[in-house]
Amino acid sequence: MNEFLLLFRRDYKTREVQPSPEQLNEHLQHWQQWFGKLAEQGKLARKIQRWDGLGRVMTRGESATDGPYAEIKESIGGMIIINAESYQQAEDIARECPIFELNGTVEIRMGL
Amino acid sequence: MGEKELLPNLFRAEYQKIVSVLIHLFGIHHIEVAEDIVSDTFLSAAELWVSGGIPDNPEAWLFTVARNKTRNYLKRHAHFEQKLVAELRNKQVFTEEVEIDLSVKNIADSQLAMIFTVCDPVISSDAQVSLALNLLCGFGVTEIAEAFLTNKEVIYKRINRAKDKLKAHNIRIEQPSLPELESRLGNVLKTLYLLFSEGYYSVCQDAVVRKDMCAEAMRLTYLLTEQEATAKPEVFALLALMCFHSSRFDARVSEEGEAILYAEQDEELWNAELISAGEHFLNKAAAGDLLSKYHLEAAIAYWHTKKADTPLKWQHILDLYEHLLSVDYSPIIALNGVYALYKVSGAAIAITAAEKLSLLKNHFYHSLLGTLYKATDREKAMTHFQTALSLANTEAERKIMLKHIGELHAA
Repeated sequence: MNEFLLLFRRDYKTREVQPSPEQLNEHLQHWQQWFGKLAEQGKLARKIQRWDGLGRVMTRGESATDGPYAEIKESIGGMIIINAESYQQAEDIARECPIFELNGTVEIRMGL
Repeated sequence: MGEKELLPNLFRAEYQKIVSVLIHLFGIHHIEVAEDIVSDTFLSAAELWVSGGIPDNPEAWLFTVARNKTRNYLKRHAHFEQKLVAELRNKQVFTEEVEIDLSVKNIADSQLAMIFTVCDPVISSDAQVSLALNLLCGFGVTEIAEAFLTNKEVIYKRINRAKDKLKAHNIRIEQPSLPELESRLGNVLKTLYLLFSEGYYSVCQDAVVRKDMCAEAMRLTYLLTEQEATAKPEVFALLALMCFHSSRFDARVSEEGEAILYAEQDEELWNAELISAGEHFLNKAAAGDLLSKYHLEAAIAYWHTKKADTPLKWQHILDLYEHLLSVDYSPIIALNGVYALYKVSGAAIAITAAEKLSLLKNHFYHSLLGTLYKATDREKAMTHFQTALSLANTEAERKIMLKHIGELHAA
C-alpha cells in the first residue's frame, strides 16, 4: 500500500470555458459526493484539507505575485493524498474525480 | 462530510443579486470587472466549501466575500474609486468610500436598473434575450447555447457585441426617467415575453432548461410588479399570462417526450397554484382603463385553464381573439383563433377562415387544417398532415403528425 498525491488542475483564465453559477453549484455537489465516498471507503491517507486558493507564485526569485488564479492558466485546484496499491489503482480512483467535468487534469504522484 | 447540504440553484440565485449590484455600481464601461469579481467570489466559494464544508449562512458568506473582493479591487485602483465617489456625489450620495450595498432594497433597485439596461432597444431582441439570460439570470454561455440549440461561439459573440453596443451608446445603468418609462417598459415586456416563449415553445429538448427560462421570465416580470413606478396593469397581465401557460408545463409533454395536445392533457397535471396565482394577477391587471394585448392574451389563457368543453368558453375565447386581432393583428394570432372559431361555428367556417390566411410554410397551419378536414375530406386532411410533418420543427411535432397520419390510414 502506498500513498499517492493527487493534484487537481483546470483552466481558470479562459473566459468562455468558465462554469456558470449553476454549473459550479453542481460541480461542488459532485466534489462533496466524491470526497465523501473516498472517506467512507477509507481511501484517504490524510484528511481533506483546505488550501488557500489565492496563494503566491514566485518567478525567478522575484517578489511573489498574487496567487495561481492571477498568472497561470492551469492552476492547482486542490490536492489530496490517498492510499492505493499501485498507479493503476490510483488511476481507477482518480477516474471519478469531478475535475474532468470542467476539462481539468489530475496529476498522480506516488510517495516514495 | 455529512453536514450542511448545498441547495441546488443557490449559486445562481445569489449570483443574480450580487452581479446586479456590482454592475449597477461599476457602470457599463467596467462591466467585465464587475463580472470577474462576482465569478471570483463563487469560485472561492466552490474551492473553499468543498473541503471546509458549507457555511451556516451561505448567502452572508457570499455577500461578505464579494464585498471584500470589491474593496480590494478599489484599493488597488484608487483612481477608479475616486471616479465612482465623484459619480455618487453627483447623485447626491455623500460618501468618502464606495459602499457595496447588498441590502434587499439596493438589490431590488439594481436588478430593476439592469432589466432596463439589458432590454434596451439599441440592441436586437435576440441579443436582449441572450443578455438577459446571461446578466440577469446568471446563465452561462454553454447553457444559453443549449437553450437555443446553437453553439457557444455564436452566443459568446452575440453577448459581447451587445455589451459593446451598450458601451458605445454610453448606456447608463439606471431606471429610465418617468416620461421615458412608459415606452421603455413596453420594450421590456416584449423582451420578457420573448424570453418566456423561448422557454415555453422552444426546440430545446431539455425540459429543465426550458422550465428555468420560463421561471426566470416570470421572476423578472414579478420584480417589475414590486415597484410602484413599474407596477402597471399590463405588467400584471403579462405575469398572469405567464402563470396560466406555465400551469400546463408538466402536462404538455409525456414521459417519452411526446407533445400532448390541450384536448388530451391530464388535468391533474395542471398546476393549481399557478392557475390561482394567475387569477390573482389578472385581477390586479383589471385596474385602469387601458386594455393591452397582454390583457387579452391573459384572458384567453385564463379560459384555457377551464378544461370543460363548453360552448360559452369557446365563445368567450373567440370574442377575445377578435378583440385581440383588432388591437394587434398578426396572421399567427389569427391562426390561433381559428380553433376557437371551429369550436363555435364548426369545421366548414373555420376552414374558410384558415385558408384565407394561406400560411403555406407554417407547420401549425397545415396541422390545424388536417384536423379540420378529417371528418369531411380524408384526402385533403392527409395532404395537410404530410405537409405539416415535413415542416415539423421538433421531434414532438413530428410524432404527433405521424400519429395523425397513422390514425387516418387506420380509419
